[in-house]
Amino acid sequence: MKVRYRALHPFDKEAEERHIQEDHGLHPYDEYLKPGRIPHIWCPGCGLGIVVTAFIEAMKQKNVPVAQSAVVSGIGCTGRVAGYLDMDTYHTTHGRAIPFATGLALVRQDLIVTVFSGDGDLFAIGGNHLIHAARRNVNLKVICVNNFNYGMTGGQVAPTTPIDARTSTTPFGNAEPSFNLPHLAHAAGAVYVARWTTYHARQLVHSISQAFDKKGFTFVEVVAPCPTGFGRPNKLGSGLDEMRHYREVCEVRNGADPSEVEIRLREKIIVGTFVDVERPDFMEHYQSLVVARAQAKAKSKGKGKAA
Amino acid sequence: MAEKDLLTGEHFIHGDAACAEGGIAAGCRFFAGYPITPATEVAERMAARLPQVGGIFIQMEDEIASMAAILGASWGGVKSMTSTSGPGFSLMMENVGLGMMTETPCVVVDIQRAGPSTGLPTLVGQADVMQARWGSHGDYGCIALAPSSPQECFDYTVLAFNYSEIYRQPVFVLADEVVGHTTEKVVIPRREDLRIVARAEPQAPAHDYLPFDSAGPLPAPMAIAGAGYRVHVTGLTHDERGYPVITDVVQERNVRHLVDKIRKNADKIIRAEQIHLDDAEVVVVAYGCTARVARQAVEDLRRRGHRAGLLRLITLWPFPSQIVRRLATTVKAFIVPEINYGQMAYEVERTAGGGVEIVLMPLMGGSIHTPEEIEEAVGEYL
Ligand SMILES: Cc1ncc(C[n+]2csc(CCOP(=O)(O)OP(=O)(O)O)c2C)c(N)n1
Ligand code: SF4
Ligand SMILES: [Mg+2]
Repeated sequence: MKVRYRALHPFDKEAEERHIQEDHGLHPYDEYLKPGRIPHIWCPGCGLGIVVTAFIEAMKQKNVPVAQSAVVSGIGCTGRVAGYLDMDTYHTTHGRAIPFATGLALVRQDLIVTVFSGDGDLFAIGGNHLIHAARRNVNLKVICVNNFNYGMTGGQVAPTTPIDARTSTTPFGNAEPSFNLPHLAHAAGAVYVARWTTYHARQLVHSISQAFDKKGFTFVEVVAPCPTGFGRPNKLGSGLDEMRHYREVCEVRNGADPSEVEIRLREKIIVGTFVDVERPDFMEHYQSLVVARAQAKAKSKGKGKAA
Repeated sequence: MAEKDLLTGEHFIHGDAACAEGGIAAGCRFFAGYPITPATEVAERMAARLPQVGGIFIQMEDEIASMAAILGASWGGVKSMTSTSGPGFSLMMENVGLGMMTETPCVVVDIQRAGPSTGLPTLVGQADVMQARWGSHGDYGCIALAPSSPQECFDYTVLAFNYSEIYRQPVFVLADEVVGHTTEKVVIPRREDLRIVARAEPQAPAHDYLPFDSAGPLPAPMAIAGAGYRVHVTGLTHDERGYPVITDVVQERNVRHLVDKIRKNADKIIRAEQIHLDDAEVVVVAYGCTARVARQAVEDLRRRGHRAGLLRLITLWPFPSQIVRRLATTVKAFIVPEINYGQMAYEVERTAGGGVEIVLMPLMGGSIHTPEEIEEAVGEYL
């Protein structure tokens, strides 16, 4: 078989980097952002920038070393976060950020592995993985940006979409009740569970930094405006309007029973740190229950036998 | 309700919407899917339309669940369908296999984008051709139709449903992003002009009925849930009653039936458009959006007096081997432009044998060929 190719354009690193702004490095957070990747793809009024800023601020406050940090994302607008952070970042497949991160975190216990992904990615296609990683208490810091819909694909219903809300695949209103994410994470075994909105920027930084201090599966839900996908069909106004809405309807209730923090369209949103407990993480159990016994067995077997 | 299910008349809609309308026209009343560019609009149309015509739309938690749900609905006696693109198509493969093994009619629309993995989510690709053929493990026959226009998205989704009922298996509509997102006139025919194959019901009494009969050229009619036949449906190798039998003897019968019901009926299934092939010296083989460009190139060449022809594949699977084999004895070369690294070209080469030149014009995705490129490639043999 003969092959007639189109011309191939070899990679020209210099040309590609020419457009990196000369003033990169002037912004206090640039150290954490991959040069040349800004401007980002997100819409005006999107909540994602605030969440990224909070994450960076928490890293700074806790002196989390960039070299020992890894961020794993699934697919979606939130999934694109990984591509902007200047550390080892993995943009994986839709729903599989947690199992990918599980592999990474288990073989590299020296790393701080954060999973940064959307509500659809983590609770629809990836829901199974989330509950299993929480059950196992894998040492992962999960940040879930909940914008109540699939932003990236143009505003379809998600498992977080409140009942009766409009989306492009629920044009007559959503017939399904939504997941209460903190309740689910807690029930599955997360050792730290918090929820904030993008209006609560400082509390969010605090929660992410608390999560950095914990060993095991932590879960921070960030309620965020998606004016494009969810705001428009539900007439919630601009991103700023949604921030005003958060200011008006949110109630801080630290220690609230996670079963009582369900979110309904246009109703009160309870925010706070709901769960903060200790239990052995996966590796601790694995060491004591499996590795220790296996090695003891290997030793006793080895006695008196030629290898 | 009856008038709403068939929107007879002229419409100006895109290929995705036309796939949805084709499904509804064919009698599909259950859609389970998951959003993915560039197929999301199929689901969105179904979400708006199915509740109007007494059907059910559900957005599942992923494509694995979507594929499983349409199999369940089909056994419930309702024609069912899903739509997706590359990443979702990959996820569906396990239950595509279940559908093949359990001989469950349903339709899977794949609006192809460029891969592998997330690739170019919004841009065209045609690299799921071999996945459609071989994607699930094990052997089974495959039917995949490739529309080149929104009109054909409608027509071939109807045809896919008909094939799925006749041959009792999942059938693929393998469109691509360009076709799915092209908006053109689509004519939806009157009911009396539309051929719809209804779900066949078993006539035999329960004690004589073999739900997985493999003796004839076609599968047995399907006894749906609640019809009194107490059928056992399993992904395990099964005998004609549907009971698992883990032996090489039954495996031989079971799997040969799954392949042969397509292989032996291939002549009835295959569709291909043959343009200027009678005296052609060089033949372009193309499908999907590429066939439209190829047609332009061939017509241009003809106007200039060159003997170029086009074999437009409508069924990618089964592949029209006989036509290719026949042409191979007379033409100088086959030119195969496709938006992958030679999936159909490989099939053309395999079928044509060694006596004729095969020229692959691969694109990795994100753009389409130009008529000029194809004319140039053809020109080398004129
Ligand atoms: C297997 C598979 N199915 C579907 C898609 C298409 N897809 C891309 S992003 C996305 C949803 C993202 O929603 P969410 O996780 O809530 O993130 P957001 O965009 O809202 O931040 C979907 C369905 C895909 N990439 N892969
Ligand atoms: S679609 Fe929504 S989530 Fe995505 S960038 Fe736009 S506002 Fe943000
Ligand atoms: Mg979302």
